[in-house]
Amino acid sequence: MTKALQIKDLKKIYDNGFTALKGVSLDVEEGDFYALLGPNGAGKSTIIGIISSLVNKTSGSVSIFGDNTDNDFALARTYLGLVPQEFNFNVFEPIGEILINQAGYYGIPRAKAELKADELLHKLGLWEKRLDMARQLSGGMKRRLMIARALMHEPRLLILDEPTAGVDIEIRHTMWEFLKEINAQGTTIILTTHYLEEAENLCRNIGIIDHGTLIENTSMRELISRLQQETFVLDLGNSITKLPDVSGCNLTLLDDHTLEVILPRERAVNDLFSYLTKHDIKVLSMRNKTNRLEQLFMDMLDKSEARGNAS
Amino acid sequence: MTNSEKITAFRTIVVKEFLRFIRIWVQTVLPPVITTALYFIIFGNLIGSQIGDMEGFRYMDYIVPGLIMMAVITNSYGNVVSSFYGSKFQRNVEEMLVSPMPNYIILCGYVAGGVARGIIVGLAVTLISMLFSELHVYNGWVLVSVFILTSILFSLAGFINAVYANSFDDISIVPTFVLTPLTYLGGIFYSISLLPEFWQTASLANPILYMVNAFRYGFLGITDIHLSVSYTIIIVFIIVLYSFSMHLLNKGKGIRT
Repeated sequence: MTKALQIKDLKKIYDNGFTALKGVSLDVEEGDFYALLGPNGAGKSTIIGIISSLVNKTSGSVSIFGDNTDNDFALARTYLGLVPQEFNFNVFEPIGEILINQAGYYGIPRAKAELKADELLHKLGLWEKRLDMARQLSGGMKRRLMIARALMHEPRLLILDEPTAGVDIEIRHTMWEFLKEINAQGTTIILTTHYLEEAENLCRNIGIIDHGTLIENTSMRELISRLQQETFVLDLGNSITKLPDVSGCNLTLLDDHTLEVILPRERAVNDLFSYLTKHDIKVLSMRNKTNRLEQLFMDMLDKSEARGNAS
Repeated sequence: MTNSEKITAFRTIVVKEFLRFIRIWVQTVLPPVITTALYFIIFGNLIGSQIGDMEGFRYMDYIVPGLIMMAVITNSYGNVVSSFYGSKFQRNVEEMLVSPMPNYIILCGYVAGGVARGIIVGLAVTLISMLFSELHVYNGWVLVSVFILTSILFSLAGFINAVYANSFDDISIVPTFVLTPLTYLGGIFYSISLLPEFWQTASLANPILYMVNAFRYGFLGITDIHLSVSYTIIIVFIIVLYSFSMHLLNKGKGIRT
């Protein structure tokens, strides 16, 4: 299968001497929905900046659908759509014009661009605002405008750098559905986010970067399977004062109606429920204490930190 | 990109730039028209009537070409410097940088935007000047070519200023402390033959002198500088500034990290 993105030994040292990337190599397959995660300052935005040619690399190479961003930059850029982290449109321009101009930069004639802009404005719920200046939009609308703009030239690879930052839950879910839809239609998507639930829900593969180094690059399923234990919070229907004793599980009573259970991977949830039912403890609802990916993510960063300190 | 796609990209920038300054015409087109009208009233009518003729022409008629040229210079420069710096400041320059558009299209698009404003303001000022002076065209080709070339030259200069600018102060320093003095000392209001010999020679170091004189030749048929020298200076400046602008864009100076 064609590689949507191939990064080889990418290094970036900024003018102030800061090493942002220490030789990152990474492949993303065509059609993938890939999460690139990492703490603030890990190097995610630098990688995205280099892919989109907004940041000059120190060394290494980047190819998009086989075309090198140095030698075949025009083709490589045609394949790429970018939704940056920060708003980067002219706030004094009407949003319809922002979209049509963006298509124009890719050589798409105005008549064709207008049709595409209309389609995207409808799909992303911005049609009513098409004549408004960009500064008049709400935060969520601005994010959707940037997604629409990135899709104007129908890129094969879409990179979204924290697209749902500061967006309310309803809009976030709408955006997730939209991204799933365009991914299903064949667009490869790379997503960076601090909402790990978002990454777990949307992405099939994942890369974790820390201190300019890729510390993990695997499938989401494989990564989640590494969880040794999960912590659940149970909301109880009846009040209990004494902790039940379930072998192999670590239980904590948060209050008389809330029970926290640390369940080892090898223990089935059924066992836990059978025991609770036997002791007349009624469970109304159950949820993960933290996102599963969040737990793994924090573990990995801790290990990466420890390795850094040791060396 | 195919040639037709490049033309579309170029046209997109030009139309965007045109709409930008037309949308805010009260800030972009009106002020130079009012300022020039005041020059005509004060220097042409009130003071000019006391001065008498200059090189065989009414003082009012003598200063018209220079005042039009001054409007063209400041507006071509101002359009590109403010627009491109604004794009840097708001980061919407990235819209162009991530596209497959070659750098020379970006540069030419902004320069064409600057030329467009130079033409609109230049024409507006010319119309105003017709209220005060009877305009005669001595050589239309010289007039139009110097007008366009000067506009290109200062659009390029504005672009370079915008690339280096890190704040809004930086885009007003050059126009205020370099461009305005050079324009005023560039022979708009006087012939350099009136100056002492030393200042006549010193004036020759001012590139604006060559443009004002060539433009005045187009209207009145008189010039302090030989026409071929003026054209050579203007074209050499354009080539140097274009090459330097392309160098900055290719390097990503001020726009890529």
